[in-house]
Amino acid sequence: MRKIKLVLQNGKEYIGESFGYDLEHTFSMGELVFNTSMTGYQEILSDPSYCDQIVTMTYPLIGNYGINKDDFESLSLALKGLVVRECPMEGSNWRNEYSLRELLKKFKIPAISGIDTREITKEIRNSGAMKAVLVPESYLPNDVEDILAEPLRNDQISRVSTKNPIHFSGRGQRIVLIDFGYKKNILRSLLNRNSDVVVVPWDSSIDMIRSFAPKGIVMSNGPGNPKDVPEVLPVIRELQNEFPMFSICMGHQLFALANGADTEKLKFGHRGANHPVKDLKTGKVFMSSQNHGYSVTTSSVQKSDLEITQININDQSVEGLKHKRLPAFSVQYHPEACPGPEDTAWLFDDFIKTIRN
Amino acid sequence: MPLHSHLKKVLVIGSGPIVIGQAAEFDYSGTQAVKSLIEEGLEVVLINSNPATIMTDKETAHKVYIEPLTKKFLLKIIHKEKPDGILSTLGGQTALNLAVKLEEEGHLKRLGVQLLGCKVDTIQKAEDRKLFKELMHEIGEPVPQSTIVHSIDEALKFSEKIGFPLIVRPAFTLGGTGGGIAKNAEELLTITTSGLSASPIHQCLIERSIAGFKEIEYEVIRDSNDNCIIVCNMENIDPVGVHTGDSIVVAPSQTLSDKEYQLLRTSALKIIRALKIEGGCNVQYALDPHSFQYYVIEVNPRVSRSSALASKATGYPIAKIAAKIAVGKTLDEIINPVTKKTFACFEPALDYVITKIPRWPFDKFNNANRRLGTQMKATGEVMAIGRTVEESLLKAIRSLEIGLYHIELTDWENKSPEEMMDKIAKQDDERLFVIAEAMRKGVSLKEIHDLSKIDYFFLSKIQNIISTEKKLSQSPQSPFVLKESKRLGFSDKYISKLWKCSEDDVLNLRKKHHIIPVFKMVDTCAAEFESSTPYYYSTYENQDEVLTSDKKKVVVLGSGPIRIGQGIEFDYATVHAIDAIRSMGFEAIVINNNPETVSTDFNISDRLYFEPLTLEDVCHVIDRENPIGVIVQFGGQTAINLAEPLSKRGVKILGTSTDDIDRAEDRKRFEQLLRGLSIAQPLGCTVSSINEAVEKSAHLGFPVIVRPSYVLGGRAMEIVYNQEELLNYMKRAVEVNPAHPVLIDRYMIGREMEVDAISDGETVFIPGIMEHIEKAGVHSGDSIAVYPPQSVSKEILNKLSETTLLITKALNIKGLINLQFVIYKGEVFVLEVNPRSSRTVPFLSKVTDIQMAKVATKAILGLSLKEQGLFDGTLEPKNLVAVKAPVFSFAKLSEVEIALGPEMKSTGEVMGRDKSYEKALEKAFIAAGVIIPESGTILATINDKDKEEAIKLFKRFHQMGFDFVATEGTAKLLNGAQIPTRTIARIGQGEEDIIKEIKSGRVSLVINTISKGKNVESDGFKMRRIAVERGLLCLTSLDTTEALLRTIEVNSFSVDPL
Repeated sequence: MRKIKLVLQNGKEYIGESFGYDLEHTFSMGELVFNTSMTGYQEILSDPSYCDQIVTMTYPLIGNYGINKDDFESLSLALKGLVVRECPMEGSNWRNEYSLRELLKKFKIPAISGIDTREITKEIRNSGAMKAVLVPESYLPNDVEDILAEPLRNDQISRVSTKNPIHFSGRGQRIVLIDFGYKKNILRSLLNRNSDVVVVPWDSSIDMIRSFAPKGIVMSNGPGNPKDVPEVLPVIRELQNEFPMFSICMGHQLFALANGADTEKLKFGHRGANHPVKDLKTGKVFMSSQNHGYSVTTSSVQKSDLEITQININDQSVEGLKHKRLPAFSVQYHPEACPGPEDTAWLFDDFIKTIRN
Repeated sequence: MPLHSHLKKVLVIGSGPIVIGQAAEFDYSGTQAVKSLIEEGLEVVLINSNPATIMTDKETAHKVYIEPLTKKFLLKIIHKEKPDGILSTLGGQTALNLAVKLEEEGHLKRLGVQLLGCKVDTIQKAEDRKLFKELMHEIGEPVPQSTIVHSIDEALKFSEKIGFPLIVRPAFTLGGTGGGIAKNAEELLTITTSGLSASPIHQCLIERSIAGFKEIEYEVIRDSNDNCIIVCNMENIDPVGVHTGDSIVVAPSQTLSDKEYQLLRTSALKIIRALKIEGGCNVQYALDPHSFQYYVIEVNPRVSRSSALASKATGYPIAKIAAKIAVGKTLDEIINPVTKKTFACFEPALDYVITKIPRWPFDKFNNANRRLGTQMKATGEVMAIGRTVEESLLKAIRSLEIGLYHIELTDWENKSPEEMMDKIAKQDDERLFVIAEAMRKGVSLKEIHDLSKIDYFFLSKIQNIISTEKKLSQSPQSPFVLKESKRLGFSDKYISKLWKCSEDDVLNLRKKHHIIPVFKMVDTCAAEFESSTPYYYSTYENQDEVLTSDKKKVVVLGSGPIRIGQGIEFDYATVHAIDAIRSMGFEAIVINNNPETVSTDFNISDRLYFEPLTLEDVCHVIDRENPIGVIVQFGGQTAINLAEPLSKRGVKILGTSTDDIDRAEDRKRFEQLLRGLSIAQPLGCTVSSINEAVEKSAHLGFPVIVRPSYVLGGRAMEIVYNQEELLNYMKRAVEVNPAHPVLIDRYMIGREMEVDAISDGETVFIPGIMEHIEKAGVHSGDSIAVYPPQSVSKEILNKLSETTLLITKALNIKGLINLQFVIYKGEVFVLEVNPRSSRTVPFLSKVTDIQMAKVATKAILGLSLKEQGLFDGTLEPKNLVAVKAPVFSFAKLSEVEIALGPEMKSTGEVMGRDKSYEKALEKAFIAAGVIIPESGTILATINDKDKEEAIKLFKRFHQMGFDFVATEGTAKLLNGAQIPTRTIARIGQGEEDIIKEIKSGRVSLVINTISKGKNVESDGFKMRRIAVERGLLCLTSLDTTEALLRTIEVNSFSVDPL
């Protein structure tokens, strides 16, 4: 097995085995983050929100049940690398088609195993999410320094979003899903509720969206910093005046920005399947699936047209917003689950109900 | 939500004695729950009959009642204490059943006591098969289709409807007797026929077979605001078919995709919501390995063995949280006690693999049926933590203390693959090991999978261990392969075996190449949040996380898994030692691997290391912590056995020195010591051949006790009365040779006395002396013990006290010592000395109010007994009588001999305490689950040598209004002695034989004394088994019989005409 190394911006270096795309003469740089989900690696790897990130899985055994044909959240893998303690050669599950190793090779994603992922997690926890690079073991410190000196890109959304509208027909009312890097299960959640869905590119104009004659708008999750796409804010402001709107993750952050609230980068984000979210109206708590590095600034909501509907129990951060006057609401987490708990799937029902009324 | 405002005082019901299926986990949950309620400002009253628990310490609750767990006693306590609420979900099935009874009979309503945590309606819906099935149908959750049949026709009809395979479960039979799996109509016919006839009510449950499905468990918590979380899910390596308590379990699940994980998670939440449980609950699933089809197998609406395991596996204290929920708190207001920064309303994320392996009592019960099925047979379990499945599994194996340091069974090395496949198909306790042996023989994973249905994932992990063995063998002394194997959890001991070198050689090589483990924290959140849980496991990774301090540290070794002969009593002593160490200003570091116990609650000590108790693993912790020393005397034989190897590696043993331990344990040296002190002991000898045995025992004089050297709890020990029996034993039970000598001692039939003492090296203090009801010859752990002694003269007691002082001083004991004596013809003889904490320490601590383990620990750490206000000699007994009675789990272990003998058989104990001996005795009987007959028929079969004594007792029974049935010999004898006795036939010798008589329900007590036997086929054995399986009291000792008779005579009314 080829040895490669993971080098962090803070200088820490970890040597392990390469088990994905073979890094012989090249490297892969990205923002190093960690995810605490114990299952769902296939969904995580295929979630476009991880675009340009190197993902450390805190659970030590990744790849146990292989890869199946159903659980992809997008058709491609957008991440820059995968860091695990151990990945088996083969998966074991009745739906297993091929191994995680093969998947990574197919999509040219480098991956490193055999290293102390708990230590890396603590590095990220203490120093914050940072740049890191996967390189062949032979790379010299100077080479690595040069690589890490390069800034991260900020065009992730445009790279993962669809280039053209796509129609998924259904018997129910039409919904336009604005694609900032949407997870398939958002689409499935809508289709399962009989919606007719048109997925449109992130930078679609208001006229183009109108031309599909939707009854409601869903804004999807997506990678990167919401402030990288200021051009969508005016479109959102117009859309919310005309259509009921439901926004998820990146969509939620853009919804906040469009309405005068602010966003900020979290030290190391929320990525996992066990984040408790409290609904302020009912007092009920739900487990949620999360994947975000940015968050809506709590204090900024006060002066906006929005109100906070849900908060994170652990750090009190904003998890849900709604417009004070318009039928528009949003959540920071993933009600479509995949991976993670299905506790908040009712949000889709609520939205469909909103449209109907 | 705040506390229920009307609650001021809560009664908590414990689970009673340790039996198979209900063990130490309830001491852990109960203790935690009580503390948790006190934290909330409530007054807590506790009832539990088990003295060997931390839960029943005076300090645990505001008021602690050690009384029998029956309705009668519960009502008395409720009347006296007038609690506002009663909590029954933390004391196992015992507490749940009691609460249901009180509620159903209207007592709680009448007395104005609220049932907390779980309403009776909920309990019934979860426990009653029919109601449960209905509820599952209502909420659309699948259960295996089943029906109850009373005839073959009904069974066949059901099979036409749902097809094969089907499971036939006869109603009310033990361990599934008469049942089985039918794959076609013909088999169904055969099995149902035998099932119906085996069932006393002629009824079978026919169920769709889901054997071979994955067995998955979810631990769920719900609060009054309907917030629900999953604490942990677990996957049984053994597929459906083996009781979960007997299954090897990993956490979290390893082979479930997120879709499957969430499918079952969502279902579990739906179920706990439908049942409206407020607190913890366990849901068991069968998941088809080839589709998304699943079935709900079972729901436990209370904390359980699994929840204790889940708590230790995740660090999330389920019982503590469940108790707070029961009194009104909600999950989002309870702080996560682990991170102290987040809240209890979240789902733990693990970044390690947990393996649990059950500990079975088959080493004690060599006749037992080892096959695993629907009836749980394990007495305890171990848990191990690793960063890989292999590491976790191998650590768990060496935690078991069954003489194995690796996944290997050397007995099976030379068997053929066919024999191995047979064994694998049989699904017994050794299957895991035989699978590894089969792989070594080249049997394919597919063949093993086809037979065992164990997932390929787990099989390939075992395969990986075996390939690594090969690499090790091929590359002796290779640091590279060494590191690889250590990362997979291999022990130095096993590596040294492969490399044909010493364990120290491997250690030195490791040290040279810095292959040493680090310690990682169990923090519930996979390091996402900062936390300071003092809960660690070793692994071969990069970063060590132990947060140490400059304080002086003392390491306490725990006692490992609960097994017969080494039970919860040692955990009790361990916890007390920890308390004392901390109170003396030291840091207490615990090493243990039993997930069920209080000592492995990370809140108890300054740091908990969840590790195997082997030399290697213990040394790793010691190297890391650098303590002033290690205390071994509270962890039972497990810890004592480590004393010598540890001190050889330069570790300081605190308390009694290694050499003095050896002087007490080594037969020769101990004999020498006693001779020097002029203290008598029964004559004995060591023999290394059969001829020598015959010769020397003739010299000693029969009867004699024979046993193999160095064993725990009297295993394979027997009393033989003549040469014939001796020869039989030597041939059957032991392998005698110079390397494995056999010990022969003269058996003195007399009263057995037990003494526990504490010494600081100067002063020897005896808190109390106990008298055993059964004569020497019945293992002390199986005897009823009475404090203070009732039938022994002051002179004898003084003599016992003097002898104890002499021996203790001569052995330079620092800490605890346990001595057993026999009084033979007015003389005191020493039977045994244990230089450590004993089974009777918690009992004696509770009745004398001297916390022996704490006093001993303080003495070990330098606070003299005098400074602690104690003195040389025996404490004056209190004005009360306490009786400790053993509790057995015979009903759960088919084909096990129930007759008492020198081998210990009990799994737990209870205490009866009252003003008079007879009352205390009766309480102890009641607490032990004995239904004391006040009148009725006694079935008696008496051995020749007991006849004289038996007749005296039977006359007294007769006077109390009992009558007798017996087989010819005994009947003749009794009738001859004017005790009216009906004659019945021996088994199979007539229309009305013994078996039929027992089954008829006319018999209320069986008295059966035997001289030998141990033969499964013998009449006596069959009779005893049938009695036990029918729930009849069966006494095999006349001493126990006399005790029972005495309570009947004194405590029950007689009816006499004028």
